[in-house]
Amino acid sequence: MAEFTPAEKVALARHPGRPGTADYIQALFTDFFEQRGDRLSQEDASILGGIALFHGRPVTVIGHRKGRSLAENTKYNFGMPSPQGYRKAQRLMRQAEKFGRPIITFVDTPGAYPGLEAEAGGQGEAIARSLAVMSQLSVPLITVITGEGGSGGALALAMGNRVLMLEHAVYSVLSPEGFASILWKDPTRSKEACDVMKLTAQDLLELGVVDQILPEPEQGAHTQPEQMFETVDAALQKALGRSGIWSDPAGHRYKKFQSMGNKFLTQKPKEML
Amino acid sequence: MSSNRFTSRRERLLRLKTLREGRTTAPSRIDAPALFEQCPNCNKACSKKQWNTQLLVCPHCGFHRPVSAYLRLSMLLDPDTFEELNDSLKSTNPLDFEGYPQKLEQLRRTTGLKEAVVTAKGRIGGFPCVVAVMDSRFLMGSMGVAVGEKIARAAQTARKAKLPLIIFCASGGARMQEGILSLMQMAKTAAAITHFQEQGGLYISYLTHPTTGGVTASFASLGDITLAEPEALIGFAGPRVIEQTIGQTLPEGFQRSEYLLEHGFVDAVIPRSAMRDTLIQLLKLHSKGGGRRG
Repeated sequence: MAEFTPAEKVALARHPGRPGTADYIQALFTDFFEQRGDRLSQEDASILGGIALFHGRPVTVIGHRKGRSLAENTKYNFGMPSPQGYRKAQRLMRQAEKFGRPIITFVDTPGAYPGLEAEAGGQGEAIARSLAVMSQLSVPLITVITGEGGSGGALALAMGNRVLMLEHAVYSVLSPEGFASILWKDPTRSKEACDVMKLTAQDLLELGVVDQILPEPEQGAHTQPEQMFETVDAALQKALGRSGIWSDPAGHRYKKFQSMGNKFLTQKPKEML
Repeated sequence: MSSNRFTSRRERLLRLKTLREGRTTAPSRIDAPALFEQCPNCNKACSKKQWNTQLLVCPHCGFHRPVSAYLRLSMLLDPDTFEELNDSLKSTNPLDFEGYPQKLEQLRRTTGLKEAVVTAKGRIGGFPCVVAVMDSRFLMGSMGVAVGEKIARAAQTARKAKLPLIIFCASGGARMQEGILSLMQMAKTAAAITHFQEQGGLYISYLTHPTTGGVTASFASLGDITLAEPEALIGFAGPRVIEQTIGQTLPEGFQRSEYLLEHGFVDAVIPRSAMRDTLIQLLKLHSKGGGRRG
């Protein structure tokens, strides 16, 4: 099996040929109906979402969307959502809850878009609200981190009862470039940042941030996408089949996220519920 | 100022701690200026006494200087009602980040804080409540596991005791040195606050300079009521990052409290002189049957 360094994994996770949300939807689901717009002001195409059947079961599926060409990337803003994208996701999640559909999210973004209009439109509020909405959902939410899990922009779709992560995907508090820039005032030290940030699936499993690693084809998901689709399909079926997340999805999610990082506290937390 | 009691008590404790630890210099405090001190904004000087009576607001230009957590609490709470919660809660070093534990210890010595947030139970104008105050002197008020847990526990305490929760935000965002687990604190705090609110709890978010990044994108933006201090920087992405992204300089007043008010993200911009009275008014409006349902 191929061994990759954290920096190589970052490159793999960002590979333009890597399967994205649209590919997974096409390969794993049938009868997909895309839902657009936040019902407040705008449609943000950097988040793709809708209703589909997964092995015959209606589900809501939402994910970040990156483009493969410049024209696509202009349209999808390189997978960097604006507040409208997150508000669309909230709308779809609430609707899934109404109809009792489980939710599957695919995460692949460099981060939320850091632009003037995004700030004016309340990027921080939009992400915060998404976290609040996800924390209360009474239907199961399964997250698959397929590529880049960049900061709050990724987390805003990633509060899954189960969080699955592709073997060479990455997930971090900030991009390695941003991390190096903030801590060492030197964005060129990003390779070093990759090594210390614990952003690989293997590190994150150990930290309890993800629940399961999905093995990739030897040279990465983009080399044998069909094989990757099969792995993700099987893992999603298994995740949705777990009885533990169906009895009280909100309570299960609450407990899970309340415990994040607690083993690194000097004083052990009391029962939170 | 309502009371100097907390400040003086804290000072005394810090002096004793210093003696105990055998050090010769007392911890420095930004909220205790020398006899005269210049305003960082207009450069005009004020006496220490004047700064204190004005709650660290410049009498010449109205500039709101940052306030440390304990000083904020002393400005806010009724005398003798301060009861700190989880004051010894600290995080270890999840990334084994070089120099991080030493940096924390150094900050603990120089600021007298254990972490970037102080949480407490107390009364404001007679109304009991839970208050959390962030302190930007402690690694830019950044949120790691300990800060996230203290905020979550404050929400939990407020929920169990059926008390209102007030959080004064001042933070550069997620704490880089604790990596992904800092990001996870956004989920933790947002979930804890929402759980509290869903059970009828009142949460007032008070945004002070600066409130950015992962704190803006979690509990800071979830208030039932959101207040802001004048001219505080409030946003998700930092202004420098935005300028680099869009390749142009940002307009005057961008991401300031008044800008957020204009765009619909805060209820009111409140000068510090009216902070306590405004909170008393809001607590009053949520008592007497206007409070929690059920």
